[in-house]
Amino acid sequence: MICATLSIDVVSPSPECRDLMKIRIEHLDKYFPLPAGRRLPVLEDINLEIQKGDFVMVLGQSGCGKSTLLNIIGGLIAPSSGTVQVDGQPISGPHRSITMHFQEPTLLPWLDVKDNIAFGCRIRGETDDLEYRVNEFIEMMGLSGFEKSHPAELSIGMACRVSLARALVARPEVFLLDEPFASLDTFTRSRLQEELINIWLSEGFTAVFVTHDIAEAVLLGNRIVLLGGQPCRVMDTIAIDLAYPRRLTDESFFQCKKNILESFKTSLERNAP
Amino acid sequence: MSVVANNVITPPNGQHWLVRFCYSFLGGLLSVALWAIIGHMLFSRPGYEQFSGFLPGPAARALARLFLDSRFWLSAAASLSRVVVGLSVAFALGLPAGVLIGYYRRLSLTTDLSVQFLRMVSPLAWMPVALLIFKSFESAIDFLITMATIWPIILTTAAGVSRVNPQWINMARDQGARDRQVLTKIVVPACVPHILTSLRLALGVAWIVLVPAEFLGVSSGLGYLINDARDTMEYDRLMAVVIAIGILGFFLDGAVRLAMKRLKWYGDART
Ligand SMILES: Nc1ncnc2c1ncn2[C@@H]1O[C@H](COP(=O)(O)OP(=O)(O)O)[C@@H](O)[C@H]1O
Ligand SMILES: [Mg+2]
Repeated sequence: MICATLSIDVVSPSPECRDLMKIRIEHLDKYFPLPAGRRLPVLEDINLEIQKGDFVMVLGQSGCGKSTLLNIIGGLIAPSSGTVQVDGQPISGPHRSITMHFQEPTLLPWLDVKDNIAFGCRIRGETDDLEYRVNEFIEMMGLSGFEKSHPAELSIGMACRVSLARALVARPEVFLLDEPFASLDTFTRSRLQEELINIWLSEGFTAVFVTHDIAEAVLLGNRIVLLGGQPCRVMDTIAIDLAYPRRLTDESFFQCKKNILESFKTSLERNAP
Repeated sequence: MSVVANNVITPPNGQHWLVRFCYSFLGGLLSVALWAIIGHMLFSRPGYEQFSGFLPGPAARALARLFLDSRFWLSAAASLSRVVVGLSVAFALGLPAGVLIGYYRRLSLTTDLSVQFLRMVSPLAWMPVALLIFKSFESAIDFLITMATIWPIILTTAAGVSRVNPQWINMARDQGARDRQVLTKIVVPACVPHILTSLRLALGVAWIVLVPAEFLGVSSGLGYLINDARDTMEYDRLMAVVIAIGILGFFLDGAVRLAMKRLKWYGDART
């Protein structure tokens, strides 16, 4: 089936594929205004189609515009031109079915762990069985016993767990993650990577995960989108057909990572000016 | 002393409280000695004997008498209530103004010049105006305290608002917060440390402006007590009131500092 192995060249998919399409980005450009009327082009002609239930890794160097792209999908900043559609609806602001996890935990220091997790539900007035749902995610993220702690008392790994719980308790259909584990130590990171995959397998959301780490990209995603260039374009997209759970030590993982490195190298060379 | 100084429990960045106390005590003692020496040099000259009340000994005795005098406590209460009224009005007007100015950049650009200008006008310059506007001296004093304190409140609050972590605001918007919710659930709570700082600044200013403001025809308050002592030439009492004003101000400031300390997350870098 065409749907199984997506490529960016598919612009008008067949009708049966349309149902599965979750996010569609077309001809997206973004520039930031600079002083003296100049402008900084960051993203150029990004085209991307993401299917329901995908775990898409957006891979690119620091400063290439990954966060900007994620913020546009999340409706936090507007594109300069082009469109982002979720479920066929154009995005014009923050959307209930999309939740974002930021680069830093961005916990509110005046609230305890429990209130931080419940923050979004309270904002949206979704207070039915709030206690139950919050407790569910406190348990799922291994935060039991820390309900009354304040962010200043948490390790960075724990803070990351709290912010994951805060995002997940909204039960997002689309979960955007901006280098969530970049500042963690290796042990904490691999534990959280594993837990995130387990949650994704059970909750079934569509994930867009930004990273600059190839190993992380191959470990987590079923598809990698390589960004590169100045301004940034989509260089290549690759499907990863490894079964979950994947381990850093698996021979197949190692082989896959090697192949992907090779093919990224050629696509970067091909796209070089 | 050395036992305390070598205490292993002492945190590396802060001295043990007993050491700090010893330093403060020593510093206080030096100040009193300086006061005594300069006072003796000034007032032991012939013709100046009448001013010997300004010296530490007589002043201390007068201070003890003052603290036992119910009229002093009534005056202190009168002064305090003026500070409370003046500050409350300043906060009621200044906090919302500061939050809005910090939040909306256009408003900040519009008001910056005026606020910076008004901030530099001595509040006492408004005294004649205050007397024209208000019939009672009482209200005129409240007005002066408000005029003195509202600018630091506006500026500190606005600075706090404009420094709120923008990612908190993004997070709230992503979670579906509307503009008003961003203001009430993120911006205002995030500014509590700045608001307490502004309270501390404003309290200091209010306490300073209070005394000259009470030279206005009122017949109660600490400023009035100073004027009264001068008129009756009881210089030891005058000095005692000056010291009492310092002590009360110190404790008022200490109360706000304590409140700031009790905010667990105050000054917390991790966000
Ligand atoms: N609000 C902004 N105004 C101006 N330039 C910005 C803004 N946000 C990001 N940029 C610039 O856009 C580029 C991409 O930023 P970003 O998306 O954060 O990169 P990444 O997340 O890939 O590290 C950087 O050069 C950055 O300086
Ligand atoms: Mg980034």
